[in-house]
Amino acid sequence: MKVHEYQAKEVLRQFGVTTPRGKVTSDPEEARAIAQELGGRAVVKAQIHAGGRGKGGGVKLAKTPDEAVEHARKILGMNLVTHQTGPEGRIVKKILIEEALDIARELYIGVVLDRAIGKPVMMVSKQGGMEIEVVAANDPSAIVKEPFDPAWGLEGFQARKLAYALDLSGDTHKKAVKFLQALAKAYVETDASLAEINPLLITGQGDVLALDAKMNFDDNGLFRHPAIQAYRDLDEEDPLEVEASKFGLNYIKLDGNVGCMVNGAGLAMATMDIIQYVGGQPANFLDVGGGANEEQVKNAMRIILSDKNVKAVLINIFGGIMRCDIIANGVVNAVKEIGITVPVVVRLEGTNVEEGKEILRHSGLAVIPADGMKDAAEKVIAAVGKAA
Amino acid sequence: MSAWISTETRVVVQGLTGREGKFHALACRDYGTKVVAGVTPGKGGTTVEGIPVFNTVAEAVQQAGANTAMVFVPPPACADAIMEAADAGIGLIVAITEGIPVNDMIRAKAFLATKPGSRLIGPNCPGIIRPSAKVKIGIMPGRIHRAGKVGIVSRSGTLTYEAVGQTTALGLGQSTCIGIGGDPVNGTNFIDALTLFADDPETEAVILIGEIGGSAEEEAAEWIRANLKKPVVSFIAGRTAPPGRRMGHAGAIISGGKGTATEKVAALRAAGVRVADSPALLGATLKEALEG
Repeated sequence: MKVHEYQAKEVLRQFGVTTPRGKVTSDPEEARAIAQELGGRAVVKAQIHAGGRGKGGGVKLAKTPDEAVEHARKILGMNLVTHQTGPEGRIVKKILIEEALDIARELYIGVVLDRAIGKPVMMVSKQGGMEIEVVAANDPSAIVKEPFDPAWGLEGFQARKLAYALDLSGDTHKKAVKFLQALAKAYVETDASLAEINPLLITGQGDVLALDAKMNFDDNGLFRHPAIQAYRDLDEEDPLEVEASKFGLNYIKLDGNVGCMVNGAGLAMATMDIIQYVGGQPANFLDVGGGANEEQVKNAMRIILSDKNVKAVLINIFGGIMRCDIIANGVVNAVKEIGITVPVVVRLEGTNVEEGKEILRHSGLAVIPADGMKDAAEKVIAAVGKAA
Repeated sequence: MSAWISTETRVVVQGLTGREGKFHALACRDYGTKVVAGVTPGKGGTTVEGIPVFNTVAEAVQQAGANTAMVFVPPPACADAIMEAADAGIGLIVAITEGIPVNDMIRAKAFLATKPGSRLIGPNCPGIIRPSAKVKIGIMPGRIHRAGKVGIVSRSGTLTYEAVGQTTALGLGQSTCIGIGGDPVNGTNFIDALTLFADDPETEAVILIGEIGGSAEEEAAEWIRANLKKPVVSFIAGRTAPPGRRMGHAGAIISGGKGTATEKVAALRAAGVRVADSPALLGATLKEALEG
């Protein structure tokens, strides 16, 4: 799960990570009082779940409280387009107003899971403000990594090593060590999957603060953190994906026109791949789960067809434990109930596969049975061609 | 290394009294697996369809002779159940459960590192099956399998069934099929399974099914190039997956431009592996590999 910058900073402060003073609001008039409280000069920052906000015009420096209001009016409600939002952009509903600090240096800190060793790793770089992927591609030696054991956290010597790698000394070095250890603790104790401070700010006075903060959380660990769960912002998610999640369906919208319904994540990806392999484009990823029943099939069908680009649907179920006749009945009833107008190709495999195919054949509906994945993909592409 | 499962395998099902646990325990028993015990804390002394239930795995080991565990415990308590099995001296722990927090798995893995006698398969996997021994530990449909010569290792469940279905249809059959699971932190990895297949007299060829995310396929490719003389055929799912999105499996995500299907396919091909461009071609590609 992703959260906003202001939410990430709320979480991090609880663990002793230092951040600029600031306040979030959705009312431009409130910007004046907040800016005044912060000493007049303030930064107004759009709160959306995407990076690149500054370049898109979503981050502005205000020299006076009046200017803060002006910026707040412009940013709130704007459709912010960044390289991470895609061309459609995101409507800004909240702004974070923070004290403007003098910037001596900008650094990078990130914590992620290192899958190869099965432990979190803290990465630092002197090239703050740059995307870590870009740094990794251009100059991997500029990134210093320190894996740590979540049971003990980031040890003092590890934090010192990283702070030295950032060329920090004296009091600032001490502050950075505390900062890094607090960040590691926050990452572990909140079941985070990403904690990124980019940039980490070193002020002219040598203070260490998280100028920006990004946190993602392990969905499987959220049950332990109701406060973080409450941060979920449905406005930032695709409405169809939100709808699908209510029914335990794993749906991701894509740009093509062949709707897919599959059981199992790997098979669902492979189905998308084979559609492209035979010359089509998948409209979505959809995993109905291992034990797909009639209700699941119906809801999945409804969600797939809410995407107006869909010209045909491919259902690919490797029955496994499920009986194919039950799935076939589910498909037939879903088609009848929803009143589907696009062609539906169904590939069934598993127990009672012949009975399943009989049900589809005699349903009197525009359901096309297929043998195997390749046949199914070819038939659905042919159906799209006819529909176009 | 000998086979991980055999006619000597005696299974304790952790979470036997749950709906899923019971359903699959009975399906495994029907296939031929010796399901000797169940464990559900607080339900010791009861039975499920004739299978005795114990409060602890240690009791199941002592009183029912269990040497292998199949874990259906719900996600919040699953890592704990895995550690309990290892602590009781269980040799092979097969964790089916999906949705275990990553931090819990990191802890369980660190614990398992202190128990060299225990191997974990999964979590979030279909399990392991060896048709020649009539042993199935997991949720895969037994009837699509045939005893034969192909070892299959995969990060995906239903996609494995696809490979099984094709090898069965071609009359090749399977030696052992291992689902290593779709989570970012897991027990047995590709290389462990490939090591087993390399030494296994039943296995003449290998199918490796990978997917986007992480670098397990690249590491496997390197190992194959250096160590494996048997033909290997592969398919990598997710060529059309958009970056930055988790494709169902917790571990199936392209992040920071890393973990793409293209990189994995290139690494495998460089190691001499025949990578099928379509999942429908796995069986045919394997047949080619065996004949060529």
